[in-house]
Amino acid sequence: MTLNELKVGQSAKILSVGAKGALRLRLLDMGLIPKTIVTVRRIAPMGDPIEIDLRGYELSLRISDAKNIIVEAV
Amino acid sequence: MVIALIGNQNCGKTTLFNRLTGARQHVGNFPGVTVDAKTGQMKAFPECCVVDLPGIYSLRPYSGEELLTRHFLLQEKPDGIINIADATNIERNLYLTLQVLEMGIPTVLALNMMDEVTGNGGKIDVKGMADMLGVPVVPISAAKNEGIALLAQTMVETAGQKQAPHAISYDAEPIKRCKREIMSFIQPVLKEQATPLSFCVTKLIEQDQEIVDSLHLSAKELEQVESTVARMERQCGLDRNAALAENRYAFIERVCAKNVQKAKQSKEKQRSIRIDRILMNRVLALPLFFLIILTVFWLTFSVIGPIGQAAMEKGIAFLSAAIDQALTAAHVHPILQSLCMEGIFSGVGSVLSFLPIILILFFFLSLLEDSGYMTRIAFVMDKPMRKIGLSGKSIVPLLIGFGCTVPAVMSTRTLPSERDRKMTILLIPYMSCSAKIPIYAMFSAAFFAGGKAFILFEIYLIGILISLVAATVLRRTLYKGEAAEFVMELPNYRIPSMKSVLILMWEKAKDFIMKAFTVIFMASIVIWFLQSFDVHMQLVAQTGDSMLAGVGKFLSPLFRPLGFDRWELATALVTGLTAKETVISTLSVLTGDASLTILFADKIAAFSFLLFTLLYTPCAASFAAIRREFRSFSKAILIALSQCLVAYTVAFVFYHFASLVMMFLA
Repeated sequence: MTLNELKVGQSAKILSVGAKGALRLRLLDMGLIPKTIVTVRRIAPMGDPIEIDLRGYELSLRISDAKNIIVEAV
Repeated sequence: MVIALIGNQNCGKTTLFNRLTGARQHVGNFPGVTVDAKTGQMKAFPECCVVDLPGIYSLRPYSGEELLTRHFLLQEKPDGIINIADATNIERNLYLTLQVLEMGIPTVLALNMMDEVTGNGGKIDVKGMADMLGVPVVPISAAKNEGIALLAQTMVETAGQKQAPHAISYDAEPIKRCKREIMSFIQPVLKEQATPLSFCVTKLIEQDQEIVDSLHLSAKELEQVESTVARMERQCGLDRNAALAENRYAFIERVCAKNVQKAKQSKEKQRSIRIDRILMNRVLALPLFFLIILTVFWLTFSVIGPIGQAAMEKGIAFLSAAIDQALTAAHVHPILQSLCMEGIFSGVGSVLSFLPIILILFFFLSLLEDSGYMTRIAFVMDKPMRKIGLSGKSIVPLLIGFGCTVPAVMSTRTLPSERDRKMTILLIPYMSCSAKIPIYAMFSAAFFAGGKAFILFEIYLIGILISLVAATVLRRTLYKGEAAEFVMELPNYRIPSMKSVLILMWEKAKDFIMKAFTVIFMASIVIWFLQSFDVHMQLVAQTGDSMLAGVGKFLSPLFRPLGFDRWELATALVTGLTAKETVISTLSVLTGDASLTILFADKIAAFSFLLFTLLYTPCAASFAAIRREFRSFSKAILIALSQCLVAYTVAFVFYHFASLVMMFLA
């Protein structure tokens, strides 16, 4: 499944980060790399973007970008 | 000695900078880098100059700020680096540290917010971490002013001894092999260059075009590098970028496992979660955002601002009366007295009285920013902002634009794409800046008595609406495509450091007073001179015969279609190109004690004038800022002209439409 399919409060382990170009580099730099555990915290009032928790901090990203991140629920 | 201050966003870098340097800061210009960075002398070591570099997450050339930091490190070659890291969020912060270490510059790692870590029952083995990273590590709390002296001392010693970070090896086997091979290719080439070796190797693996080009490798050498990297990718089972990121984070995890005992629960994080339950609530978030912004404006313009303004006006009136008396008593030549009172005092004074309002607006804007709420606004507003082709991050520069266009334009550097940056810059001037407040205030007092708040609200709203129209046009013409991705950290809410807020207000006050006594002072004198003399240098009895009237009369027909054609107004608009406050200082000098009402036929014409001032070219300083960001003088001119055109069109349409409506109503 992909990161955007997680429900609020659900945690998952990252399997691969698929985005392209600068976006992918940014995601990697921010610590979204394989085996990292992420938890979805909330969805913005208008339905996008989402807020996730990883490595002890909060990060926001768009649903369209989260679709590139393949995860497995834990 | 030059010390660079580097760290992630939201790690307390500015607070530390203020602690290290006190209020002795100025914007330094670095010839190698095309940007101004804030610098300050270290309090304890005045010979040390600290440079506050932008908050970044990586040394990849990803946003303008990362590129800038990199250029600074490579070209200015600072004697030392203070790398500040948020100890409560240590893993991601150390990611930048590992890249900084590759630069081979003497570095000290400052672990900030250690008070929060220990306060929550966590522990960090500073000595163990220093051993693993190969640099001195100093625990500090910038907010509580703890450990700053030791940090400064350690930095000065490390830099003084030119003690580069100890080489550390943390690479997984395939990466280690790959780096070793590439090193052997480029070592001979690098001899003539000053770029640090391990940094170059990493950048070659990452295919960082700028560094690759600078090395001037032959096609054969590049091919060798590529095949080495390709093998490493196969062995790691990951592509190069993921492999390097994973490699770094794997080491960081080892460092943390050994030296960091994480707190079970962080009070600050729990507090943030509680606050967000309300502020980021799905239903309440947007209404609360508008409520907070409106409250800020209400407090600024209707509650606190006027008190300060009244006090300031009293002070100026008192001073001006005293000086007038003194001049009369001293039998100073009437022309000199006229210059002093009608020129300087009415010009500078009329503008200076708005200092409190402007400071209060900046006070609130910096509270919103420093508390962490600004990033939440970006989060909530991302979706609506995308509808006009921008990302949520653009909302921050736009909000700062209500304070001043110049810092707003500069803050667009945090935006990740060139397209977003430029489009945002073009929209910022439509956010009515605080320098225009005196104009609105004076006009509403003269024409719209009782409806001051409403007029202000209307003007701001019209500015925002025009920016929406402009955005729609821009995204269909010059800036096609989509807004950049939105990957943004949401930091914990923090109580803003009053010291930082006060230093910022002090800087704004300094800027404003400087402007009042340079630009506006000069403009006031020039205006007074031009309005007191004619072309034959004869003192005129009536300003209508003066040189200034000549210029204004030449231009005023241009504004007749907008409903106002008095030469005083045309003159004020021209002088307003230097700074918006001069519109008011010019009108004050020109009309003297008479009311503004004599200049306009009716309220509609007055409002048309307000619309024009709202929308036309902001000021010389913002022109310079836009020119710098677009790196083109001709484009900046074009932008300025288009702003005038928009202003002219809107004022024209409004004037004729409103006049028609009024005719029907009457």
